[in-house]
Amino acid sequence: MAGKSNLGWHLIRGWAMAVYVFMFLPVAVVVLLSFNASQFGSFPMTGFSFRWFVELAQNEAILRAFRTSIILGTLTALFSTTLGVLASLALVRYNVPGRNMITTMLIAPILVPEVVLAVALLLFLNFLGLPKSFPLLLAGHVIFTLPFVILVVQARLVSIKRDIEEAALSLGASPRQTFFEITLPLMMPAVLAGGLFAFTISFDDITGTLFWKPGGVETVPTQIFAMLRNSISPEINALGTVMILMTVGLPLIGLAIARKVASKGGS
Amino acid sequence: MSVEAREARQPWILLSPALGAVVLLLFVPLVFIVVYSFWLRTATGADQVGFYLNNWKEVLSDAFYRDILFGTLKIATITTVICALMGYPAAYFIARSRGNKAILLLLLMLPFWISYIIRTMSWINILGVSGAFNTFLLWVGVIDEPIQMLYNQTTVILGLVHFLLPFMVLNVFVSLDGIDTTLEDAANSLGATRWQAFVQVTLPLSLPGLAAGGLLCFVLGAGTYITPLVLGGPRDAMFANLVFEAIITQLNWPLGSALSLMLLAVLGALVLIYNRYLGMAQLMKGLG
Repeated sequence: MAGKSNLGWHLIRGWAMAVYVFMFLPVAVVVLLSFNASQFGSFPMTGFSFRWFVELAQNEAILRAFRTSIILGTLTALFSTTLGVLASLALVRYNVPGRNMITTMLIAPILVPEVVLAVALLLFLNFLGLPKSFPLLLAGHVIFTLPFVILVVQARLVSIKRDIEEAALSLGASPRQTFFEITLPLMMPAVLAGGLFAFTISFDDITGTLFWKPGGVETVPTQIFAMLRNSISPEINALGTVMILMTVGLPLIGLAIARKVASKGGS
Repeated sequence: MSVEAREARQPWILLSPALGAVVLLLFVPLVFIVVYSFWLRTATGADQVGFYLNNWKEVLSDAFYRDILFGTLKIATITTVICALMGYPAAYFIARSRGNKAILLLLLMLPFWISYIIRTMSWINILGVSGAFNTFLLWVGVIDEPIQMLYNQTTVILGLVHFLLPFMVLNVFVSLDGIDTTLEDAANSLGATRWQAFVQVTLPLSLPGLAAGGLLCFVLGAGTYITPLVLGGPRDAMFANLVFEAIITQLNWPLGSALSLMLLAVLGALVLIYNRYLGMAQLMKGLG
């Protein structure tokens, strides 16, 4: 584009760089401080050390929180992706009457403020005799992640051409065979992306989780929140660094896998 | 059953688990808390079933709740405006950059993947009494003693902007990226300055993205209670904090129901207005 060297463009670029710094600086400081040898979780840096990661690995409460979060996230991803993929198939593949209305209904869990969703679900299921418990937590996470899965999976499904399936059908494959041998493999990147998205959102959730979790059960975010109440210890920074690696690393790995699967399917 | 009838039933079989979950776990519970908000929590801690207007009278007439509601809307408005001012030029830069747009966008979206609680808490490392900023000021010699910069309304807004900015950038980017750049060139060749071309051509075309980002920032910002708990002081409670207090601390569930519905009514009205004029399609684009 002509005129990119003009003052306006320089200003915009400078502004954008400042925004990048704003977004990354606090996170970078968390990672930096997690390697601080000082016994306080703050400046000045007194040396480089892994001691906080070692202490983290020995902290029973944190390990338990990790286990809870991983189990919860995995089950959430499983349920949410199953429901989401089935619904997306119906919406993309069939001419469903009232599609817009149905889509809005399925997206509703993210249009309602999460606090309100949390309160409604807690009070209703408690009324039905299901108090704060792991199943309640799971139900909450599934309903909250479902819209994200549907949006992601739907967007990917649209790009799969029907011709291939029709070809399989016309060559004598049964609808069942066509689904498992043609449609499902082609859908895999979308399914994986949806599952990963659900896992990450569940793993990160705190707003709803604080309402739904039974006493004594902590997920990683609620554990961090409880630890913040005391003071900020270097252990929290180390935990933050691990979380950053997980939540940034997982989607990147997922993206790489999806690319690989896609390119294999294409060749 | 005929083939057509089976064909027509199939999508509903596929849809029923998801629709069932949403109805059972969202719509019915929402109706339930409407009913619940008319019950009463007695001093003994039991619920008095009935039709009492006490909770609603308290929520609607008490100046305490009204002030916090207005305070919350003010904080959400300021947050949204700052997100727009910071995010629009950044999104413009990414959309018009000659470099690798995907990488630039991914970089800005990375913090979006980083845990909300970690990002919120990270500001304590920056602004805390022994944080980076105070350490720097002491080292330079501007101050003799660390200053308390945390735990006020400004830091709540700062935390919210840091949390919500990626939503704004993504939505504006999607909008800007879909605009044909030759339109601006055409405006230029017809005698418009670059600034005029931007204000009269590009900016209006990107308003849907700006509105979608703005709606997300506002609704998510106004519905939070974690940020004020971590970065705010005792007087910086937002409306969702009242809900949390009523439900978790005081265990007054009927009152908590009324407060939740109040928040839903205010934020839901915004979503409906948005839907009426702009439709949900733009929002879906930014989310998916």
